[in-house]
Amino acid sequence: MTTTTATETHAGPAEHHELGFIRTYIFSTDHKMIARQFLFSALMFLLLGGLLAVMIRWQLGFPGRPLPAFVRWIFPDTMAPGGIILPEFYNSLVTMHATFMVFFALMPLMAGVFGNLLIPLQIGAEDMAFPRINMISFWIMPVAGFIMLASFFVEGGAAGAGWTSYAPLSASGEWTGVYMGQILWLISLIVLGFSSILGAVNYVSTVINMRAPGMTWFRIPLATWSLFVTAWLLLLAIPILTGGLILLLFDQTIGTAFFRTEGSGEPLLWQHIFWFFGHPEVYILILPAMGFTSEVIACRSRKPIFGYHSMVYAMVAIGFLGWVVWGHHMFQSGMNPLLGMTFVVTTVVIAVPSAIKTFNWMGTLWRGNIHMDTPLLHAVAFVALFIIGGLSGIFMASAPVDIYIHDTYFIVAHLHYVLVGGSLFGIFAGIVFWYPKMFGRMMNEGLGKVHFFLSFLFYNMAFFPMHNLGVQGMMRRIYDPNQYEFLQGLQPLNTFISYSVFLFAATQIIFAFNFLWSLRNGKVAGNNPWKSSTLLWQTPSPPPHGNFPEMPIVYRGPYEYSHPDHEEDFWPQNAPPATSEAGGQFAPAPNPEPVPGD
Amino acid sequence: MDRKPMPGMMVYNLKLGMWVFLLSEVMFFTSLIGSYVILRYAHPEHWTDPGVILNVNLTAGNTFLLICSSVTMVKAFAAIQQGDLKGLQRWLLATILIGATFVGVQVYEYIALMGEGFVPMLDSYHAVGRGNPHEGPSLGGPLYGATFYAMTGFHGAHVTIGVLCLIFVYVRALNGAYTAEHLEGVEVIGLYWHFVDLVWILLFTIVYLI
Repeated sequence: MTTTTATETHAGPAEHHELGFIRTYIFSTDHKMIARQFLFSALMFLLLGGLLAVMIRWQLGFPGRPLPAFVRWIFPDTMAPGGIILPEFYNSLVTMHATFMVFFALMPLMAGVFGNLLIPLQIGAEDMAFPRINMISFWIMPVAGFIMLASFFVEGGAAGAGWTSYAPLSASGEWTGVYMGQILWLISLIVLGFSSILGAVNYVSTVINMRAPGMTWFRIPLATWSLFVTAWLLLLAIPILTGGLILLLFDQTIGTAFFRTEGSGEPLLWQHIFWFFGHPEVYILILPAMGFTSEVIACRSRKPIFGYHSMVYAMVAIGFLGWVVWGHHMFQSGMNPLLGMTFVVTTVVIAVPSAIKTFNWMGTLWRGNIHMDTPLLHAVAFVALFIIGGLSGIFMASAPVDIYIHDTYFIVAHLHYVLVGGSLFGIFAGIVFWYPKMFGRMMNEGLGKVHFFLSFLFYNMAFFPMHNLGVQGMMRRIYDPNQYEFLQGLQPLNTFISYSVFLFAATQIIFAFNFLWSLRNGKVAGNNPWKSSTLLWQTPSPPPHGNFPEMPIVYRGPYEYSHPDHEEDFWPQNAPPATSEAGGQFAPAPNPEPVPGD
Repeated sequence: MDRKPMPGMMVYNLKLGMWVFLLSEVMFFTSLIGSYVILRYAHPEHWTDPGVILNVNLTAGNTFLLICSSVTMVKAFAAIQQGDLKGLQRWLLATILIGATFVGVQVYEYIALMGEGFVPMLDSYHAVGRGNPHEGPSLGGPLYGATFYAMTGFHGAHVTIGVLCLIFVYVRALNGAYTAEHLEGVEVIGLYWHFVDLVWILLFTIVYLI
């Protein structure tokens, strides 16, 4: 077997002896446990990032009003004297909200949770290619998170140069008053980068080398395809950021001048490095959600996904195009107009694969036997909000329009439409859909629907009006818009948005309650509660150590719903064909020669 | 039916994982080299002609050493492919010693350069050039120093890690952990070692010769 090396050298799933508490729950090498560890820690960071967002909206909704008395005692005078948020602390809030959400909530939720849970189960592997490296990859994350959290408590407070940490603002403490906080920010992200790279090495190797017999490339479920493309982006983009972070750290600590203006360093170089990483990063945050959506929509419409191959090619195309568009973040940074035009064209080209995916989702839903349950609602919301976010993206991709709306709340609206409306709703769809496989029980459907409808409503109330704020000129990251006369008229809208955000945040209590309550009290799920055809559902929930009682053999594609030749409305990938004639058509690929060195 | 997994890349996991990891290493060095290229084009006045500040001859010799260590690494792998454990141990030891020598020469070079004022820091940069009295005018500029130490330093760190991994493999080889059938550890550390060597040839060219 190809995997003997891995199983021997990594104490892999071949050993079925009982492990102690520590090896089972803390330093586990089982991909399903690591997925759950990622889930709980990332949800905690999501909560933290959300609370920071609430504080930001408190300041913007009611500028200068002291925080409510019951939270006032938390903040020392360096942050919020008398409960009034200081401008410096506001900078930290904005920076840390984005940092925690992007690096510690969304990325771990996408790649960490679902990469670990779905990849081995959907391709029929017994575990990851490198279970021990997988464990290390998880345990780096809380360490980095701890460093990041610690930066709130050092002198000068947490980093305040924005999550993009543009130099020279970030290269020297004299601009923001933040010294140690910025250094800790850099160290934390450098450390976190190792987690992402080790994870990505694992995902890529696992998908390439660990597939069950018959699992050809075009029988791989789209969620795994999306995570595979994402893993490549992580693998190649994160080291770019790490390189830039290290240079910036040198500027901060030993006094080099890569990005500082004093020594004829190049602040613009930082922007290039950051966005060369940053735009693939954007797709790291959205591609997995696209994969989850494909999975959920096909399953809950009881139809094969419309255009499976084009879905795969579109994701690969997005993955490639993501590397040649970074300049569209920098139209206002000073750029040769001809080069700007090039970036406009490459950026707008991304609309093509995105539109292919969108139309394929609609084509899948079209005349399907639609089951309106929570996963589907979240998935359809993903599609709808992704369309809005995608269309506002086209505004910004056009350099002449971007000059007007650059660094305004229009950008804030756009990025929250793709990252909250897109990624987060996709994650909700994924959590509700695969919760039974992770924990063996279903989440409560009624609470799930209430959570969905309220979230969808408050979400749009919060973020859609931000387009208006932006078009009317309200700057992104501004502490108090009322300091400008022309923005004072926007205060009622800002207050409305703040109330909406508070309600959106409060709605998540329903989700948290449902999540925790269902762990013990949810309906027992059984192997395949959604009657889905992928391999993941053809094994007990939660799957045993080693995942499959015996290695599954794959006979067909992942979305054989309502197949005319099959009496049930789903046809599991590993169900043998009824007759030997059909076996010819669906036979697995020929077996490989023994691998050298094996 | 035969229950073998799909062929994949037809190599064992550890080797595939190392290939994939090396791709990410490529991107890491790309970020450093890319920064260097942009900074140098933007500020050519910070650079001097080759050999004015840097000791090209010394490093050329060091480069030759590192290339030799790739040869000894290949010999080590070839030995264990023949089942020659003694040969593996001998050639691994040679690779370790040459690798350590490379790092040692680099440290010596750093000390000499810093003594001549060639430092990465903006404020204390005052490079007088090789063989000049120490009170000469400053040559080049701090970006030269900063990019030089960043690029060669991170390469040196990679060599150091490689030497440590080789020592680990060597100790295992002394315990007889490898045979002609089980030589994955040797092959995979060899891949890493050759990669580090290759990167150095690139860095030597653009940092010292151009």
